[in-house]
Amino acid sequence: MKSYTLISNGYYGKFGGAYIPELLFNNVDELQKSYKKIIASAEFQKKFKGLLKDYVGRPTPLYYSEALSEKYKARIFMKREDLNHTGAHKINNALGQALLAKMMGKQKIVAETGAGQHGVATATACTLLGLSCVVFMGETDIARQAPNVARMKMLGATVIPSLSGTKTLKDATNDAIRYWINHAADTHYIIGSVVGPHPYPDMVTRFQSIISKEIKIQLRKQTGESEPDYVIACVGGGSNAAGAFYHFLNSKKTKLVGAEAAGKGVHTHETAATLTIGSVGIIHGAKTYLMQNGDGQITEPYSISAGLDYPGIGPLHAFLHESKQATYLAITDLEALAAARELIHLDGIIPALESAHAFAVLPKMKFRPTDIVVINLSGRGDKDMEAYLKFIL
Amino acid sequence: MKTLQEAILRNRHNNLSVFFTAGFPQAGSTTEILGILNDSAVDFIEVGIPFSDPLADGPVIQRSGTQALRNGMSLELLFTQLGEVRNTLTKPYLLMGYLNSLLAFGIEAFYRKCSESGIHHIIIPDLPVNEFLKEHKAFADHYEVSPVFLVTPDTSAKRIHEIDKISKAFIYLVSGNTTTGNQSSIQTEAIRKITGMKLKNPVIIGFGIKDREDYLQACSLADGAIIGSAFIAMIAESKNLQKDIPGFISQIKGS
Ligand SMILES: Cc1ncc(COP(=O)(O)O)c(C=O)c1O
Repeated sequence: MKSYTLISNGYYGKFGGAYIPELLFNNVDELQKSYKKIIASAEFQKKFKGLLKDYVGRPTPLYYSEALSEKYKARIFMKREDLNHTGAHKINNALGQALLAKMMGKQKIVAETGAGQHGVATATACTLLGLSCVVFMGETDIARQAPNVARMKMLGATVIPSLSGTKTLKDATNDAIRYWINHAADTHYIIGSVVGPHPYPDMVTRFQSIISKEIKIQLRKQTGESEPDYVIACVGGGSNAAGAFYHFLNSKKTKLVGAEAAGKGVHTHETAATLTIGSVGIIHGAKTYLMQNGDGQITEPYSISAGLDYPGIGPLHAFLHESKQATYLAITDLEALAAARELIHLDGIIPALESAHAFAVLPKMKFRPTDIVVINLSGRGDKDMEAYLKFIL
Repeated sequence: MKTLQEAILRNRHNNLSVFFTAGFPQAGSTTEILGILNDSAVDFIEVGIPFSDPLADGPVIQRSGTQALRNGMSLELLFTQLGEVRNTLTKPYLLMGYLNSLLAFGIEAFYRKCSESGIHHIIIPDLPVNEFLKEHKAFADHYEVSPVFLVTPDTSAKRIHEIDKISKAFIYLVSGNTTTGNQSSIQTEAIRKITGMKLKNPVIIGFGIKDREDYLQACSLADGAIIGSAFIAMIAESKNLQKDIPGFISQIKGS
């Protein structure tokens, strides 16, 4: 694999690192020393590729939308990560890490989840590979993503509610890390995004990079060009965006656009637009942008979308933002809902609320008619029917 | 003045420290509790900087931090409180907190304020040794503040020797692989290996130490123990801190 990772010694520029208590030193050190070797091994590659193809259903289609192209006067494609087994890009990473954990001799997995997509993907990968699985999920999210909670339980995972803070993704991540500290010897932590201490951001990026690898090949077949003019993806922690950006990181042509959740607006207190209103600090073991007050207390985010409701962002995105190699726009709940409605009515696709944020970028851009635009449709909307029934019908 | 290291070494195998969260149960409790502890049989005191996301802490310390933040506690206020009482305190007191609090305050400003507040040692569990050497040491040295690092029974001998070399007070040995307040058993064998390493620093055991029995066990293995969650749980229940704190301490110390 050609390396576009921009990472050196665990840092993207000044962002990243591993700010963890000594209690996790051995686990993180072991991962840092072994992840690249294991991932590159023939045994891992053979198993992983086989599963991605026959179990997950990759490659996912790159779909040209006539209706959106017509409306926004550009050539608009979407990468159909929603068609993956379990309904989102999260399975690419969950399966990769579960396989890695197994090859490292771990029998138990702990994970956090926001929307429940990563939890479902992890529970699925664990069932497939015979690993036991504990998932932490904020109590608020358990209430708003009930179908995914049921799926995790059906798959045999133990779902533990997180009761601190606003009882969402940040709190579930805290509890998953604490659980890992208490079960360090036999447990691997499958983090769900490009966040956390090194090597997680890089490892998760590698597992998700299949998205842009396929885009490149598919685009060349369909248009003769292998580099689009734009790649647009939503950003919670930033894993689907990292995967969609990865093979275009050193492209002179491709502009990278991330959509973070503005919630009720970046000037309200109910927002999750980390790059817009945040500042640099430490969250979940990484130096990156986060939402905090003047005393360094991490503030509670808000977004209608459980998967974007996170007060930090992966260090790769903090770096791309600061070095102006990517642009990040803040999308409100209402803009995301309008974009979802449009996609449902024009293309007959019900997107995840998270992914709808990426589509909401379209009306904010000025394209040339020849521009090739790829939007990463990170997941499907089955889990969000309750919100859609309330706001869209 | 004796250094903390000298004091601990003089008191070999019989040091008791307690940890409490600043601003809990009330914002003003910091100075009250410090005053009571100063007159008790405790040997040194750890003051916790409340943080919204304390990754290494169990539920008791988490809840005390959440309450302290609700009470309006901040690092700025903590330094003000320490400034008010520093001349009345005779026992060593340390600050323990998470790196983000320190970064938000400003690295140099933090060390300067520590020194102005009578703080000579800090414990920052998520500050890696390398990062300390690179980004903090110059300020820490200048303001004569030094860090205490955590090690666990699983920390390699090589790392323990490295940490011993740069430590100036004591080595904080975590009782096992656990968050704070978890009543897992003390890993006796692994701890013996560490205390047998002929380190220049004394070794104090913390995390999950809750009563006299644990304290005596820790003292039989190392130079003393730190009690956090059990002390905070007592404070949370207490209607009379003036009576309950000295009672708790002498019960543990058997004095
Ligand atoms: C469909 C979907 N897209 C996006 C996200 C956000 O995560 P990330 O930013 O890591 O891609 C989630 C998280 O739950 C999700 O379920």
